[in-house]
Amino acid sequence: MVDTHDLTRLIFGRLTLESLPLHEPIIVGTFAVVALGGIALLGAVTYFRLWAYLWREWFTSVDHKRIGIMYMVLGIVMLLRGFADALMMRMQQAMAFNGSEGFLPAHHYDQVFTAHGVIMIFFVAMPLVTGLMNFVVPLQIGARDVSFPFLNNFSFWMTVGGAVLVMASLFIGEFARTGWLAYPPLSNLAYSPDVGVDYYIWGLQVAGVGTTLSGINLICTIVKMRAPGMTMMRMPVFTWTSLCTNVLIVASFPVLTAVLALLSLDRYVGTNFFTNDFGGDPMMYVNLIWIWGHPEVYILVLPAFGIFSEVTSTFSGKRLFGYTSMVYATVVITILSYLVWLHHFFTMGSGASVNSFFGITTMIISIPTGAKMFNWLFTMYRGRIRFELPMMWTVAFMLTFVIGGMTGVLLAVPPADFVLHNSLFLVAHFHNVIIGGVLFGLFAGIGYWFPKAFGFKLDVFWGKLSFWFWVVGFYLAFMPLYVLGLMGVTRRLRVFDDPSLQIWFVIAGIGALLIACGIACFLIQIAVSVLRREKLADVTGDPWDARTLEWATSSPPPAYNFAFTPVVHDNDAWWDMKRRGYARPLAGFKAIHMPSNTGTGVILAGLATAMAFGLIWYIWWLAGVSFIALLAVAIRHTFNYHQSFNIPADEVVRTERARTELLAGAKS
Amino acid sequence: MSTDVHAEAQVHDHGHGTAGDHSHGTRSDLWIGFAASVVLTALPFWLVMSGTLDKQVTALVIMAVAALQVVVHMVYFLHMNTRSEGGWSMMALIFTIIVVVIALSGSLWVMQHLTTNMMPMHEMSPAP
Repeated sequence: MVDTHDLTRLIFGRLTLESLPLHEPIIVGTFAVVALGGIALLGAVTYFRLWAYLWREWFTSVDHKRIGIMYMVLGIVMLLRGFADALMMRMQQAMAFNGSEGFLPAHHYDQVFTAHGVIMIFFVAMPLVTGLMNFVVPLQIGARDVSFPFLNNFSFWMTVGGAVLVMASLFIGEFARTGWLAYPPLSNLAYSPDVGVDYYIWGLQVAGVGTTLSGINLICTIVKMRAPGMTMMRMPVFTWTSLCTNVLIVASFPVLTAVLALLSLDRYVGTNFFTNDFGGDPMMYVNLIWIWGHPEVYILVLPAFGIFSEVTSTFSGKRLFGYTSMVYATVVITILSYLVWLHHFFTMGSGASVNSFFGITTMIISIPTGAKMFNWLFTMYRGRIRFELPMMWTVAFMLTFVIGGMTGVLLAVPPADFVLHNSLFLVAHFHNVIIGGVLFGLFAGIGYWFPKAFGFKLDVFWGKLSFWFWVVGFYLAFMPLYVLGLMGVTRRLRVFDDPSLQIWFVIAGIGALLIACGIACFLIQIAVSVLRREKLADVTGDPWDARTLEWATSSPPPAYNFAFTPVVHDNDAWWDMKRRGYARPLAGFKAIHMPSNTGTGVILAGLATAMAFGLIWYIWWLAGVSFIALLAVAIRHTFNYHQSFNIPADEVVRTERARTELLAGAKS
Repeated sequence: MSTDVHAEAQVHDHGHGTAGDHSHGTRSDLWIGFAASVVLTALPFWLVMSGTLDKQVTALVIMAVAALQVVVHMVYFLHMNTRSEGGWSMMALIFTIIVVVIALSGSLWVMQHLTTNMMPMHEMSPAP
């Protein structure tokens, strides 16, 4: 009896049948739906014989455009999961009054709010931002791909690996019940003995490898691979903000990796970095994680600022107002974002000098952000504004983000923060800037570059519906939280005593339902656009009469992006080329040297995920075997000498001739 | 910021890196670097094992030697100088130093405050 028990532990670690949450009807129901949907999807892929195509053309692709699109798909899928969590929280809080316990037990509710935060930041916002940068940056600087195409593919699959782990925690075991930053001592083994925090740690560590590597990759790309003539001060603003974002990633993600490594040492080998006793100091964790955490919010919002800059100047038909100040504002934000982290824990007990220093730096960082706002306004001023969807998102952003910025400056005042800390006011503030800033920016970016990626525009009717549902839904969902926060309601509560608060939670719940309609309309918009792609087609490659280099090539661009590397003479290179009557070269094409696809990225990331799973469940043999296999495959890949091939000149000629015919057809 | 270097680098194909302006250092450079790093590694061991200096000073010396070691590696093994990669290496180094200094000094400052204000004293008598 004892022997079989030991054997089971050896093989399965602490994974037992009880680890499957069969007693939770909500999760079982979710699992049934996900399983049916998954089987239907896999069945369809098999039925239409798409596996080989997907593997050859997408999963193993090192093309930055395809990897970018896969990042976007990952982000949108995870958005559905993260939003389902949000909806559950809103429903719970709207119901749990007058003695009602709502429908979520505490054990489950705590996992829901943790998962919501983790997923929305790491697996929605980050993939969407990285995806857009991946797709757009090489095109904007006139390059054929990123500096390290294989690394790019590997980074993407590591991000997927992290997402898979977080999703697996829903059905195998449980997720952390600690809040999205897993503060110790709660996240220590003494108070969270289950697998939840381990899922959190390893999910983020696996995804973090991908994020850091893709940061290095994009920095190299921007520094080294710009088209001739594109000096730093002629780079499009989106490329500038991407550069700064990736610098932030490379400088700050190692801090997250280190602090999570220390936490896992506490949990796995019994060190005492962040424990309450034996000389440990949980406050050090809070300090370190925010040294990463504050730059992280700028990592998300800077590319959004870049998107708004591109969209505003394109749809106002004007050069961006104050390009130089925009660049310097971005760089100043990059540096200052390292000087404000303490405003996340004013109330933890620092003295007046520390609190006032960080309060002041926080107020200072709003200045370059404000300067950007004026630059966009002045770009629109006397411009010939076209209110296409990306421009609508931009205007909504400008209105919404200013409110979020003002409440942010309010929170930066330490005495005010002592009142508002950990309240729903804070929750409203950061949703105001992340939804109003990052998410609106991503929707603007998706609408703006979708025709470049797929060759047809997105449907306007459903886009407008989605836009209005989102904007109205956002205000309904979060303005009540400001009110509640000012009344002193703290975040992450599951049940309430005071019945007078209920009405505000009901309004917020209605707002969340409207946002649900917004997401549904967004998905319908994509489906409708695919169905009507003939009508929405863009054959010119420049559907918006835009200004930067990505619009100089066809939509979708050929694998090699540009048959000839463009030469840049001015800011807004493509606008300048159009103005000078640029003629597309029609002859003289040469063979193009390109990187080959490889499955190594998928395999490495799969092994890393398996290793993480082994570590989470204490299945040591699995962790060990996967780790050794990981090393072996990585070393073997260095002996792969078939990393590139030539696209023959004939094929380039054929591709370019097809484009010439399309362009001629468009003109006649 | 000189940019002509990058324009030239663009001519190279991607995927192979851009082997342009790397300096690889001479054999004597490598020997100097090797000798320096051996000395800088042995010194802390010797200090701790022999116990010539008192604890506080030993710790400070070790940290100083570690910082020096970083510089030796960067100069002699990574061949970094103010001109490599068209000045980008230098720029990256300055940025790294700024961030590291902010993170370290800031953490020391913040944690000193928190320790003073929030940590229980060891010889604290029970609160009245």
